[in-house]
Amino acid sequence: MNSMSPSLSRWSRFRDSYLLYSFKRDLIAQLSLVIFILLLAAAVLAPWLAPTNPYDLAQIDLLASELPPFWIEGSDDAYLLGTDAQGRDLLSTILYGARVSLIIGFGAVALQATLGVCFGLLAGYLGGRIDAFLMRLADIQLSFSTLMVAIVVGALVKAIFGGDTFGAYAVPLLVLIIGLAEWPQYARTVRASVLAEKSKEYVDAARVMGLPSRRIMFRHILPNTLSPIFVISTVQVANAIISEAALSFLGLGMPETQPSLGSLIKSGFDYLQSGSWWITLIPGAALVVLVLVINLLGDWLRDVLNPRLYKG
Amino acid sequence: MSLLDVTHLDVRFALRKGDVKALRDVSFSLDRGERLGIVGESGAGKSVAAFTLLNLIAKPGYIAGGSICFDGQELIGRSDRSLRHIRGHRISMIFQDPMMTLNPVLSIGEQMVECLKAHRRISTHEARAISLHKLVQVQIPSPEARLDQYPHELSGGMRQRVIIAIALLLDPDIIIADEPTTALDVTIQAEIMALLLSLCEKHNVGLILITHDLGVVSQVTQRMLVMYAGRVIEDGPTREIINDPQHPYTQGLMNALPQMATPGSHLNQIPGSMPSLDNLPSGCAFHPRCHFVTRPDGQHRQACKEQVPDFVTSGNCRVACHMVADMLGYERIPAEEITQ
Repeated sequence: MNSMSPSLSRWSRFRDSYLLYSFKRDLIAQLSLVIFILLLAAAVLAPWLAPTNPYDLAQIDLLASELPPFWIEGSDDAYLLGTDAQGRDLLSTILYGARVSLIIGFGAVALQATLGVCFGLLAGYLGGRIDAFLMRLADIQLSFSTLMVAIVVGALVKAIFGGDTFGAYAVPLLVLIIGLAEWPQYARTVRASVLAEKSKEYVDAARVMGLPSRRIMFRHILPNTLSPIFVISTVQVANAIISEAALSFLGLGMPETQPSLGSLIKSGFDYLQSGSWWITLIPGAALVVLVLVINLLGDWLRDVLNPRLYKG
Repeated sequence: MSLLDVTHLDVRFALRKGDVKALRDVSFSLDRGERLGIVGESGAGKSVAAFTLLNLIAKPGYIAGGSICFDGQELIGRSDRSLRHIRGHRISMIFQDPMMTLNPVLSIGEQMVECLKAHRRISTHEARAISLHKLVQVQIPSPEARLDQYPHELSGGMRQRVIIAIALLLDPDIIIADEPTTALDVTIQAEIMALLLSLCEKHNVGLILITHDLGVVSQVTQRMLVMYAGRVIEDGPTREIINDPQHPYTQGLMNALPQMATPGSHLNQIPGSMPSLDNLPSGCAFHPRCHFVTRPDGQHRQACKEQVPDFVTSGNCRVACHMVADMLGYERIPAEEITQ
């Protein structure tokens, strides 16, 4: 142990950990992780993987619109999963769309987590009036549904700045809306963990050492509350992706020119009756699979990190 | 003037049903390099006294009166920010349970370096060197490897050594040890106490040892306080109190030691238990359990039931007991007039 470099011992610690042990025995978790990594890689590498660039209007052929996927008669070999109503290759659009969905999902969760963790730490550690104020704020926030807030803000921005400006800043705006709407989830969980940790002696010991409160909060208490944060994060990524899809479906999310999975589903919805079901259902299936594997991974993580279930 | 002077310290906890007096009129002093024991049952206010010294009592507790004068500075009423330079730096503390005092997610080295860097402007490299030096001083086996280990990798005795090393990191003037050996087994207890004693002597560090173990107090400390229900009831040189306790409570504690009992007979326990602090008996808080008062010969003493006893001096000790005052023929002297 002594002669090992820290990184090596960290690796060996991971190799011996309960986390890896339980992962090796959980087929669903393994499958979910593989699928998630494949989807993530496909989304990240979309510019190189996709046969066409759906953002490039020059590559779009209107004559090739509403072509079915390859297993149905009348398909074109150039378009593996068919085309949408504007003649965009569906496979490329899904890859690019998954990219947008994932960016919004992770971005929104990063924002939620930052806000929620800071507010939760402050509320739990300082207590008193700050706690009461922040938690009532969270209650008020939670009493509006995410979608309602998002719809109001989205509609206002669209009305004030116009559709073009909205389209240009759609990604950061959606991250902001979904991120701001969901921080109380984090704040509440973090606060509860902080209250439990705060009464432990190591916190008293840190205060006795004369460490400043900020340091005690972020360096001593926060690392001890990470496991619930991880678990919520997985669920929240899935939720954020769904929220974005729902907003896009309602026409308040990503514009049609740079579609996410949600706006793809919406764009195909009008053609569902005319027989072009693939424009909606294939991106829909991609969304379901993406959200499902994230949730399954979150479930597994929750089981592993729950100390009451931990038997390592 | 002593290094630490605590006078008439009064600490209360504001609860819904009213204030609970956790400490009443606690006074003591500590010279540089002196070792003081604070003895009492659970709930007597020993730990509250320790936390109050660093102004760390949690809400709803508050300091209702008195003064804590450390090295010529008054500590009560100072801001948290200015107290931070005293905490850990000039007065450090060792807690009861070594399993709980170290942060489980930070390595030993990280915790030590952090403590040093909070008080001194030094590089991580220097801080590690100092940490290592302190770990060597507490005689921990293979100290270099310990720096990168996490608390769960160490045994209880080793953790307490690490905690002592952390307490000594900044060469404090006073270490407050709140039952430092309670959570350890007996052989380790003796080792840890001997280590603490030798380090305090070597570095001329004052020690306030809070414990309910009279044996440890008699071996380690020069002076001791006996506390009961938030008050100091006896105070003086350890040897004199151990050899000739004056207060009936202290006598009861001494008699309750297993060494004092005849083999095969019951231990001599003090009847009853300590009163709850929110429902203290009138007069001397000890009177319902005091054998002078409850003696079957009917010698009930009104003074014990009605009047809180003042301190009287007996030899080098101060005792708060009506019986002792009467038996010694002392006239009662108010506590304020006694000078050490």
